[in-house]
Amino acid sequence: MTDPDDTTPAIAVDDVTVAFGGVSVLDGVSTTVQSGTFVGLVGPNGAGKTTLIRSITGALTPDAGTVEVAGERLANLPSRAASRLVATVPQSTASTFAFDVRRIVAMGRTPHVDRLGSPTPADHRAVEAAMDRAAVTDLADRPVTEVSGGERQRVFLARALAQDAPILLLDEPTSDLDVNHQVQTLEILSSLVDEGRTVVAAIHDLDLAARYCDELRLLADGRIRASGPPASVLTDDTVAAAFDTQATVVDHPVTGTASVTAVAADAGDATGHVHVVAGGGAATPLLYRLDTAGFDLSVGPVGTADRDAETARALGADLVTVPPYAPVDDAAQTATTERVRRADATLVAPVALADGNLSALRIAAASPSLVVVDGGPVEARNHAGAAGRRVDAALRDRGDVVDADSVVDTVRAVVADTDALTRDTLPEADLRR
Amino acid sequence: MRVSVRTSAWVGGLCAALAAVALVSTAVGPVTIGVGSVADIALAALLGGTSDAPASHRIIVLSIRLPRIALGAVVGFALAAAGTVMQGFFRNPMADPSIVGVSAGAATGAVAAIVAPVSVPFGLPAAAFAGALIAAFGVYLLASEGGRTPVQTLLLAGIAVQTFLGAVVSFLLVNAGRDLREAIYWLMGHLHDSTWGEATVAAAVVLPSFCCLLVYARDLNVLLLGEEDAHSLGIEVERTKRLLLAVSSLLTASAVAVAGVIGFVGLVVPHVMRLLVGPDHRILLPTSALAGAAFLVATDTLARSGAAEIPVGIVTAAVGAPFFLYLLRTREVSAP
Repeated sequence: MTDPDDTTPAIAVDDVTVAFGGVSVLDGVSTTVQSGTFVGLVGPNGAGKTTLIRSITGALTPDAGTVEVAGERLANLPSRAASRLVATVPQSTASTFAFDVRRIVAMGRTPHVDRLGSPTPADHRAVEAAMDRAAVTDLADRPVTEVSGGERQRVFLARALAQDAPILLLDEPTSDLDVNHQVQTLEILSSLVDEGRTVVAAIHDLDLAARYCDELRLLADGRIRASGPPASVLTDDTVAAAFDTQATVVDHPVTGTASVTAVAADAGDATGHVHVVAGGGAATPLLYRLDTAGFDLSVGPVGTADRDAETARALGADLVTVPPYAPVDDAAQTATTERVRRADATLVAPVALADGNLSALRIAAASPSLVVVDGGPVEARNHAGAAGRRVDAALRDRGDVVDADSVVDTVRAVVADTDALTRDTLPEADLRR
Repeated sequence: MRVSVRTSAWVGGLCAALAAVALVSTAVGPVTIGVGSVADIALAALLGGTSDAPASHRIIVLSIRLPRIALGAVVGFALAAAGTVMQGFFRNPMADPSIVGVSAGAATGAVAAIVAPVSVPFGLPAAAFAGALIAAFGVYLLASEGGRTPVQTLLLAGIAVQTFLGAVVSFLLVNAGRDLREAIYWLMGHLHDSTWGEATVAAAVVLPSFCCLLVYARDLNVLLLGEEDAHSLGIEVERTKRLLLAVSSLLTASAVAVAGVIGFVGLVVPHVMRLLVGPDHRILLPTSALAGAAFLVATDTLARSGAAEIPVGIVTAAVGAPFFLYLLRTREVSAP
């Protein structure tokens, strides 16, 4: 199934330009796909992913530029020959004719069956095998109009499998699938690539694209913005630029591949500096909310490997760290005190209370503009005995205690009040021992 | 294999139904001739034997009723086959055989031939046939651009041309004078005064055209998924569309040329058969064609069994429309 000449790329797109009604959709796109690789096309809606796929299949003739598949211009080949080379799974197929599923999948054999002949046993075997692989055998006798959208996508994947072409092009093959079937479909595509086929798929989910594709092409505004292995294509900057949003890319804790989190495109209009006492991931959702609202953030003290530290780094917040699981040392205390003193508001996340972080919590408790996120009964979080209970009581006593959903509003109000106060009145905390 | 077995069963059954309808139809008329006698006469004529039936009965059966039934069958067969293809081709449930202006063109040609003071070579059917093909080809040219013929454009161009030709026909009718009655009668669709000659000529065009469509049944199935899908499955989309359009227009033109504008056969019969056998054209196309033949023979029998004969087009519409509405209300007809 590999290309006879290994030096010929499976797909070569050279300077392709497409415009619809004067509006440029693809603007000088060039890229190559090597045989036996799985390439994902990612990018925002309207980036030109579908148009690029249609240009490759020959469904669309580019205004300029050339597309070669296995060294051939598809447009110059008879449809039949072209369809033995490339199988396509369309984005949505609105089949209103009630063909049963097996019949739809059997249509994948069209390029292999003579017009005057009838399907051979080999054709029937290919159809059954394709249905089995795409897990639609159970649906075989049901009308395609009566299966769900996700099932229909798998039916059309099965049809492409039955077509038995060395190159597969898929436009959003997982868009209607539940998470389990998304993974299943991508596993199937991966296994096809392992067999030596070439797969190009437009994939909406960046995390899944990063996980399964050998390479990605990031499209935006009709151009390829980044190209290469997922880790090099999906960075904070490329994703933010392409999707016009603020995004953070971190390694996924389970799969170890790039994982993208987008936050709202426009930073909120809030001003002011908020210091967040964090730890153990308790502050992560709060940090996203405050960042989105537009506050300047400082965070700490937290362990360098703490989840909150990772979030703070991803959001570009000022960070006070201590070595993992180490108590808060003098330097960190000084740094924290300095930040709390400077902050327009200090927020205490529902962190666990332990000997190591009590000193930091006492510093926070001394803040005149304190907001405390309600973490429920103290017993559940307290590992520091009576001292812990005292600190918790002090925090509740001196701060506004709010639930997580009203944090942004409360912080906004506290910051506004602080503007009227002097900020260097941080008392020497009477709680300090 | 499954499909071919099902096809054979349906086709066999419908052939038997068509034969039964034809037999009963031959027996019905102002002169009542027993079914047994009809079968006797027909078999004798077919096998070259002799029949005991009176000569007058033989003439009625062989020269009056059977040619008319044969022509009705051929016309119904052609209209239903063309309607099936057009509904699939346009992926539109309201498509009928005349959707690209075939009937309007035929009507224009026929009415012009009736009204014109000069006689046309080969007469009225030739004028209707020529008008039909010119109209269809004109619509095709209007809708094509850069080697592609989008079906939506084709549909709209067809409607525009039909409307325009409707105006031409109305104008001709207004000025028809004494020919008005003949013209109106033609427009309503009719099978009277049919001859074996007409039936033979029509069959000579219809049967090869139908076989050609049958060869493309699988391509038509794939086309139903949409043109881009069909292209990616190896169908030469534009070439296939041209061929399907040309052949089904030819089928329709030959039917309309000999029988006038007979509505509803090409619209309703394919829908009914799609309900019964499913959307696969390898079985739908032959069964629709045979059902169309039986339907038209049956309705024509009704048309001529009253006190005064009425044009068969009135009967097909009068019978077909309520039946179609019934299907519509029971929500079993869906867009193809």
